[in-house]
Amino acid sequence: MRKQRWLFPIVLLTVALMGAACSSKDDSPTVGGGTTGSTTAKPSFQPGSTMAAIQAKGKIVVGTKFDQPGLGQKNPLTNQVEGFDVEIAKLIAVKIFGGDPSDLGSKIEFIETPSPVRETVIEQGTVDMVVATYTINDARKQRIDFAGPYYLAGQDIMVKKDNTTITGVESLVAGVTVCSVRSSTPAGRIKEKAPAATLIEYDTYSQCKDDLLNGNVDAVSTDNSILLGFVAANPNELKLVGKKFSDEPYGIGVKRGDDVFRNFVNDRLEEIYASGDWKKAFESTLGKLGVPTPATPPAVDRYTSAGPAPAPTTTVAEATTTTTG
Amino acid sequence: MNIVVDNFDAYVGGMVDTIVLTLLSFALAFVVGTVVAGFRVSPVPPLRAAGTAYVNIVRNTPLAVLMVLFWFGLLPNLGFRFSRFWAGIFVLTAYTGTFVAEAVRAGINSVAVGQAEAGRSLGLTFPATLGQVIMPQAMRTVVQPLGSIFIALIKNSALVTIISVPNLTKAGEDIGTKSADLFGSIVGVGLAYLVLTLPAGAAVGWIERRVAFRR
Repeated sequence: MRKQRWLFPIVLLTVALMGAACSSKDDSPTVGGGTTGSTTAKPSFQPGSTMAAIQAKGKIVVGTKFDQPGLGQKNPLTNQVEGFDVEIAKLIAVKIFGGDPSDLGSKIEFIETPSPVRETVIEQGTVDMVVATYTINDARKQRIDFAGPYYLAGQDIMVKKDNTTITGVESLVAGVTVCSVRSSTPAGRIKEKAPAATLIEYDTYSQCKDDLLNGNVDAVSTDNSILLGFVAANPNELKLVGKKFSDEPYGIGVKRGDDVFRNFVNDRLEEIYASGDWKKAFESTLGKLGVPTPATPPAVDRYTSAGPAPAPTTTVAEATTTTTG
Repeated sequence: MNIVVDNFDAYVGGMVDTIVLTLLSFALAFVVGTVVAGFRVSPVPPLRAAGTAYVNIVRNTPLAVLMVLFWFGLLPNLGFRFSRFWAGIFVLTAYTGTFVAEAVRAGINSVAVGQAEAGRSLGLTFPATLGQVIMPQAMRTVVQPLGSIFIALIKNSALVTIISVPNLTKAGEDIGTKSADLFGSIVGVGLAYLVLTLPAGAAVGWIERRVAFRR
């Protein structure tokens, strides 16, 4: 009977711990400061549209990156995400809710969407849109649609400051190790343009950067806007090769076939191009890291969608590496 | 299932990588685990303490955490370099070794205490008693748990993906990225793991029958 005396407190403790774990879950970052102006009155939308649905539920859920300096990075001190992607998302959100981008409060929620899961979260409706260094390409248009582009990045190479041998994509030859993120466009392009080089793939670019600093890889390659953020944080140890070898138009991912919402986002982008809010958002984020502000914003591409997505497929476990062990 | 047929070579390549990772780290983990089990039953207190500490720390840390800790945290500060592949083998070995140690220790404890007493009364030293009297009997009883550990290792080896070591899961992800069919490619990966684990299970059963006591 001794055993049973112990059982009850242990069960109590377990339940208490589970309760604590659940209640502390609601710390997802909301809105950070530093947004540019542009106040709009609360608009009304056609019933049934995605905008009306978002307005009705009182919150827009946006997928973004949490580890990209200058674009979408979670600030550990404030628990909020900051960057150009975040500002663009807020500027779109105010068109739905009205008010000022800096006091959206709980009306906008950012969730982390690493590169491999972006299509899936859109298809499953986990997010309303994805603004996450998301390159527009035809393969992705099979599953989702893109508004934008709102920025034209290009793939470049980051090396250690004292490296003189790597001067461009053509120097990525046999024996050179290059790091990028698994399942990302840049990783695919390395395989295509530098097939002899050894490609190392991690979950995040920060791990690539650590491996570069540790000397385990020779180079890190992805969009220049991302690399510049790392260089700005480690100016004495890292440098950018500075030779773009691709064009990466960043778009805003929305559900495939939702032309009303896509047009709305495109209209809004053109509006913030004209008002100067786009430029201000850039200067307050990437601009601060030393990325030159483009002379003109990219032209919005209003392509014809392939239509609504086919019947929903089975839920796919997107992160296979975390389920074993 | 076209995706599996179209990428058959890539899947086979991934399976070979996973087999190599598993066999190498299991062989090493078997040695490590047996030695540590010996430590844990030895009459020398520091050895017992060291064995217990190793098992409790490493066994209770997630493998994914060990991978990241070792590659990004520990290795850069150690002053010498492992290749990515050997770092993966090292972590898999260290992790699996703890499970092997506990299985073998259970086997040792299952041998009747009279056997050890008999060894001692014949004048055998502790290592000799353990190695020549206890272990041969203990190993027969731990074939099945070791088999489970082996099968778990086949699947656990997928976590070397975290430090970018080629293996079956990584191959499947690459195929999924290339073909934009994540679902199909992952189903293919699941099937490929079955191709590895089912025969492994059958082999364990065969070994168990071969070494069983005739009772």
